[in-house]
Amino acid sequence: MEHFASPPHWEWWILGYFFFGGISGGSYALGTLLRFSGNARDESAARVAFITSFIALVPCPIFLTIDLGQPLLFWHMLVDTSNGGLAFKPDSPMSLGSWALLIFGVFSFVSFLGAIAEVGWFRATNGIGRALRGAAGLVWSAIGTVFGLFICAYTGVLLAVSNQAVWSDAGWALGGMFVASALAGSAALLLLLARSRRDVDADTAVRLESADRYFAILETILIAIFLVLLAIAGTIGKVLGVWIVLWVLVILGLLASLAMRSGAARRWPPVAAPILALLGVLALRALVIFSAQT
Amino acid sequence: MGFFTDTSICIGCKACEVACKEWNQLQGDPAKFTADSYDNTGQLDAQNWRHVQFIEQVPDNNGVVFNPTPIAGGQAWLMMSDVCKHCKNASCMEVCPTNALMRTEYDTVYIQNDVCNGCRNCISACPYGVIGFNEEKGIAQKCTLCYDRLQGGLQPACAKACPTESIKFGYIDDLHKVADDRLANLKTQGYAKAQLYGRDEKVYGGLNAFFLLMDKPEVYKLPSEANATLPSRNNLPGYVGGVATAVVGLIAGLLAFRSGRMNANNNTTTTPR
Repeated sequence: MEHFASPPHWEWWILGYFFFGGISGGSYALGTLLRFSGNARDESAARVAFITSFIALVPCPIFLTIDLGQPLLFWHMLVDTSNGGLAFKPDSPMSLGSWALLIFGVFSFVSFLGAIAEVGWFRATNGIGRALRGAAGLVWSAIGTVFGLFICAYTGVLLAVSNQAVWSDAGWALGGMFVASALAGSAALLLLLARSRRDVDADTAVRLESADRYFAILETILIAIFLVLLAIAGTIGKVLGVWIVLWVLVILGLLASLAMRSGAARRWPPVAAPILALLGVLALRALVIFSAQT
Repeated sequence: MGFFTDTSICIGCKACEVACKEWNQLQGDPAKFTADSYDNTGQLDAQNWRHVQFIEQVPDNNGVVFNPTPIAGGQAWLMMSDVCKHCKNASCMEVCPTNALMRTEYDTVYIQNDVCNGCRNCISACPYGVIGFNEEKGIAQKCTLCYDRLQGGLQPACAKACPTESIKFGYIDDLHKVADDRLANLKTQGYAKAQLYGRDEKVYGGLNAFFLLMDKPEVYKLPSEANATLPSRNNLPGYVGGVATAVVGLIAGLLAFRSGRMNANNNTTTTPR
């Protein structure tokens, strides 16, 4: 398929947003899953996940705003100054994503306040911490997870809903690939943080390794589908060539996640595998974003 | 209202480009060396709302004609004054999150400068590479079909300046008739590949700036009918793919956490930190 579209020049700020947005949404989902697992020993890891989610979310609107040609008009994403009312366009992933980011921000912030109260960093929000315990907290974080995972997925859909080579050719695979990659990266980051904290149960860390492996398998399958779709469209050449360097990072990241529990990986420094996995997440997004625009 | 651009009589004089820049106060891009082409504009962008494409189907240094044309013994120098197509189903309008892109009373597609915040989603969506990002203003820009001139009862600057009347401006129905007659004329002269592009609804619901081409659309960097697809085709599949992966991921995560817990209950030792 021949493409004649011009590149939108979405570059480093957008890469940063895709990475941190994915980590934020993925960490929130993992925090919720840890709570749903029903083991009190997972609670401290869940708190780390919710704190990580919000910290990763903070740069996202900043990156997006800086990337705009008119940063002071960022609010035009939400308010329709042309026709009046709210700017909500279901056909536009960027419009949906703007609203999702706002709503997820509320969920992530409240869960963050609850988590830092429970950790003992900020006693003023003890009430939120208490309110988020039990069934109400599970419902809250379950709804937040829907928006968090939407943040992970829509970035891929945003690229696919275009007429750019690679992005539009990958069609339905990009959203899923970014979700799987975000979950794998978030699990790796939580593992990294868990290993540096005494209050996180060692057994929870072992189970995070298992989860990371499952997510990496899912990501591998979706990357394979992505490449097949590009081959069918005749644009696979765009993601090869110089981009092989990034593919190497992606593959190393996947191997690190898949082999984390192997005997060989046990001899590596404990931070090596999670860092490689995170680099792989970043490299995958860089590969998709930049290769299509050159 | 719209344009009918008859490429068979374009002489590549670039009067349309000059008139467009002059009326719309566009500075143009810095000059660049295009090496193997007489086209010194390059492409449509924020500074070039009209661009005369030079499709040089002439022998190279080895005497080989790349992509030979069926006319003139395989050699031709095709020219086309390219412009925003003002599609009836516009990709750019579909994705614009701020509604800065609007449909005017003339059925043209217009970017409202005071609404656009420079997200560049329209650039990503336009299948013709029409829209460019104006670094100075921080917004997306393209042909307005001289909206201000139309309001004053004038025809667009490019059509006014075209010396061969390759660019014709008028009511779309009238232009269709002119185009049909011209195509029939060319066919009788033996130009078998001559065709209208965007005349009917097969390309983005019909183009308000449509063309008579002397070769297939891809030669002029226009997607064929089969490839003229809207970005929204990937909306539903994209979200379905995302949701399906999220569901599988959540189940996998729960399995990992729950099965791990059962294993942990059977094994009381802890991993050293």
